[in-house]
Amino acid sequence: MAKVLLFGRLSDIAGWRERTLEPLPASLSALRAQLCAEDEALAEALSAPGVQVALDQAIVRGDAALTAGSEVAFLPAMSGG
Amino acid sequence: MIALTDQPFEPGALLTEFSKGRTETGAVATFTGLARAEQGATTTLELEAYPGFTEAEIGRIADGARDRFNLDDLAITHRVGRIAPGEAIVFVATAAGHRRAAFEACDFLMDYLKSRAPFWKKETGPDGQARWIEPRPQDHADITRWETP
Repeated sequence: MAKVLLFGRLSDIAGWRERTLEPLPASLSALRAQLCAEDEALAEALSAPGVQVALDQAIVRGDAALTAGSEVAFLPAMSGG
Repeated sequence: MIALTDQPFEPGALLTEFSKGRTETGAVATFTGLARAEQGATTTLELEAYPGFTEAEIGRIADGARDRFNLDDLAITHRVGRIAPGEAIVFVATAAGHRRAAFEACDFLMDYLKSRAPFWKKETGPDGQARWIEPRPQDHADITRWETP
C-alpha cells in the first residue's frame, strides 16, 4: 500500500487529506493516473502550475517507483509563512 | 531550534529563553509576525504544514542564514493551524557577535520564510468565504535582495 497526502487547495477540491491506496501502484505515474481517473476536478488541480510531488518527504521531478509504505504528497504552490 | 506549534505562544518568553546564558554573543535580534485582521476582512487564518517536510525545509533556510551571517545561534517558532487576528504567527531570533549580522540574518530569514517555507495559508472572511493565499510579488522581490552577488 501507499499513503497519499494532499495539501492546501488540493484537499479542499478532493474532499480528503489522506488516503491509503491498496494494492500498491507500481509508480508515481500509475498512482497519479489512478487518482485522476477517479476525480476529474482533482486531475485538473494536480496539473496546475506549481504543483510539486514529494516521495517520502523529498521532492521528485518525473516518475519514480513506489515501494510498500511509500508516502506520496501532492504540494500545491506554497504560501510561505 | 525550529518549532512548529498549533498553540498560541508568547514572543517575550521565547526571547527570554533564547537570550539566557549568552556571555559572548553580544547581539540578539528578533522579529515577531502577527496575524492581521485586514480591517475585518479576515476572521481566521489557517496555516497548514507538512510535518517533517516543513521543518526540514525551514532547517535548510536556517543553515543558509547560519553560514552566511556566521551566527552563534538562531530560533524559529512558527504557528500552524487556526490563528486569530493579533496572535503571533512567527518568531525569529538570531544571535551573533555583533548587531549587523543579527539584524541582517533576521531580515534574511523572514524574507525566505515568507516566500519559500512550505506552508499553505487559508484566510476566512466574515462571510465564511475561504481563500488560499499565495506569496505576493513583493515577497518574491524581497528575496532577490539576497541573491545579488
